[in-house]
Amino acid sequence: MFKNKKTSAALSAPYTAWMTIFIIVPLLMIFYYGLTDSQGSLTLANITAIGYGVYFKSLLLALWLSFLCTLICFILAYPLALILARVSKNAGQGLIITIFILPMWMNFLLRTYAWLTLLEGNGIINGILSFLHLPTQHMINTPTAIVFGMVYNFLPFMVLPLYNAISRIDTAVFEAARDLGAGRRQTLFRITLPLSVNGIISGVTMVFIPALTTFAISTLLGGSKVLLIGNVIESTFTQVYDWHLGSGLSIVLMIFIIINMIISNISDARQEAEG
Amino acid sequence: MKKKMSRFSALLMCAACFAFMLSGCGGSGGAQGGAGELRVFNWGEYIDPEVIAEFQEETGIRVVYEEFETNEVMYAKLAQDPSAYDVLCPSDYMISKLIEQDMLQELDASRLTVAHEEIGDSYWKESEGFDPGNKYSVPYCWGTVGILYNKTMVSEPVTSWSVLWDEQYAGSILMQDSVRDAMMIPLVMNGVSMNTLDEAELEKATQMLIEQKPLVQAYVVDQVRDKMIGNEAAIGVIYSGEAIYTQRENPDLVYVIPEEGSNVWIDSWVITNGAKNVDNAYAWIEYMSRPEVALKNFDYITYSTPNEGARALIEDEAIRNSEIAFPDLSRYKLETYVYLGEEGDALYNDYWMRIKSE
Repeated sequence: MFKNKKTSAALSAPYTAWMTIFIIVPLLMIFYYGLTDSQGSLTLANITAIGYGVYFKSLLLALWLSFLCTLICFILAYPLALILARVSKNAGQGLIITIFILPMWMNFLLRTYAWLTLLEGNGIINGILSFLHLPTQHMINTPTAIVFGMVYNFLPFMVLPLYNAISRIDTAVFEAARDLGAGRRQTLFRITLPLSVNGIISGVTMVFIPALTTFAISTLLGGSKVLLIGNVIESTFTQVYDWHLGSGLSIVLMIFIIINMIISNISDARQEAEG
Repeated sequence: MKKKMSRFSALLMCAACFAFMLSGCGGSGGAQGGAGELRVFNWGEYIDPEVIAEFQEETGIRVVYEEFETNEVMYAKLAQDPSAYDVLCPSDYMISKLIEQDMLQELDASRLTVAHEEIGDSYWKESEGFDPGNKYSVPYCWGTVGILYNKTMVSEPVTSWSVLWDEQYAGSILMQDSVRDAMMIPLVMNGVSMNTLDEAELEKATQMLIEQKPLVQAYVVDQVRDKMIGNEAAIGVIYSGEAIYTQRENPDLVYVIPEEGSNVWIDSWVITNGAKNVDNAYAWIEYMSRPEVALKNFDYITYSTPNEGARALIEDEAIRNSEIAFPDLSRYKLETYVYLGEEGDALYNDYWMRIKSE
């Protein structure tokens, strides 16, 4: 891009510095703390701790809830992405996307607090229910409330990659499918879905990983009654001051993220090979 | 060679950026305005902001004010850089931990005449529990842990912690999301010290809290206040200082110290060993100990002040003699938390994690 390598190096220097200071150094520190004990000698105990009672339990719960969240997001987002890709630009496509992105202009914690007032015992939803003489529901401080909060917060991260992938499919492909006698259902399952696999994978990654590691949503909407692995890691830093254990557990979570990245890389590579 | 050079220059720039950042952090400590600066680390919403402004105006000292939410968070930040702050306001057990780890400096009593004049003897005596000889700390606020309940939702007057296990209040109970305060309750009910390291007793207490968990609406810290004011819960475990504020907002709320006993805590000013502005730190503590300043803070944060001079200045007699703000300590079975040591902390935390993950 630049004629001179020197120029390009100079221009990338701020980025390199940023990466080094805020990404590479902290990562190295996590690995250092995660693989040593308080005496500074090498150990795997902080990582194998994940198999121990509380940690294992909270990891399983976090995996389960973030799986549910990802599934719900996908089910909600896919039809929406299909609609978005089909409506023409002047028929309000921009408006729909804006509406979806709009809440993201607000702070994430603020949005989660909003859910708190919605789901509370004397909250807005129960207020409407009791106004209609319907039995009020106990929603706040349950795993369900946490999944609600996760889906709400992470849904845009599913919609946008899906929409991107689907809108990139050449409409001629759909026309060909119809010409060759494929029904709507067949088109969806044999054409649209396989061709949007990349979008699905990046959507799943972008929802699953933040859902797996969240601790703010579970603290607020779970009333600290539901312990996820993110909460456990947070408390090892803030409550127990055991950075070694906290880093070790973070490394375990990184493994899930890396698995996810490998899958998406493989699918990228495959698509490139095909495309 | 050219490539190597450019890489080197990139590295140099990176180092320069880093150095710039570091100097940005430390360099602002220059003698601005002549009197220099003071880095204060205090609890959130634990001072009248006007007091800080007035202190700056009177002394010319520039105050860099930071807040923390729990003692543990405060410790985590301080342990990272023991010279990051000059003056702190931790609680009793955290002060003994900091003393033990040599992170505080001994105070010169002759430079704290106002504090020794105004702060009541009983509070200095109470402080001996975590700071023998009152060598390191000057009391700022104190209070008890108790039950706040809504008398429109709870029919009989509450006298015992056992109401927190009463099934008719299922889903309307708020517990403190803090290890020590939560474990304190079953320990006190069983007649055991809240500083015990006896594993059999801790196990018993843990089982009680696990049993209680289905009845608990949430484990919260600051939200007890808002939820009780908003009638979201019937019963909550709360600090006495918050109780006065909640009653102002919602007159149906009643605060009691249960008959089994409870925790009495003191938050005190201390000066860190790494303090860079020791003189200013003394000036700050002396200023905070002035009766009119302590009164101003009391009116704003409603946490009990150990400052006898300030208490005498309170105009509203009901508050001056309030059983919540200034309980007669001899009437209740009260105990202070002490530092349990690293292993003790870890032990309590293991039990707490077990309760939370149940």
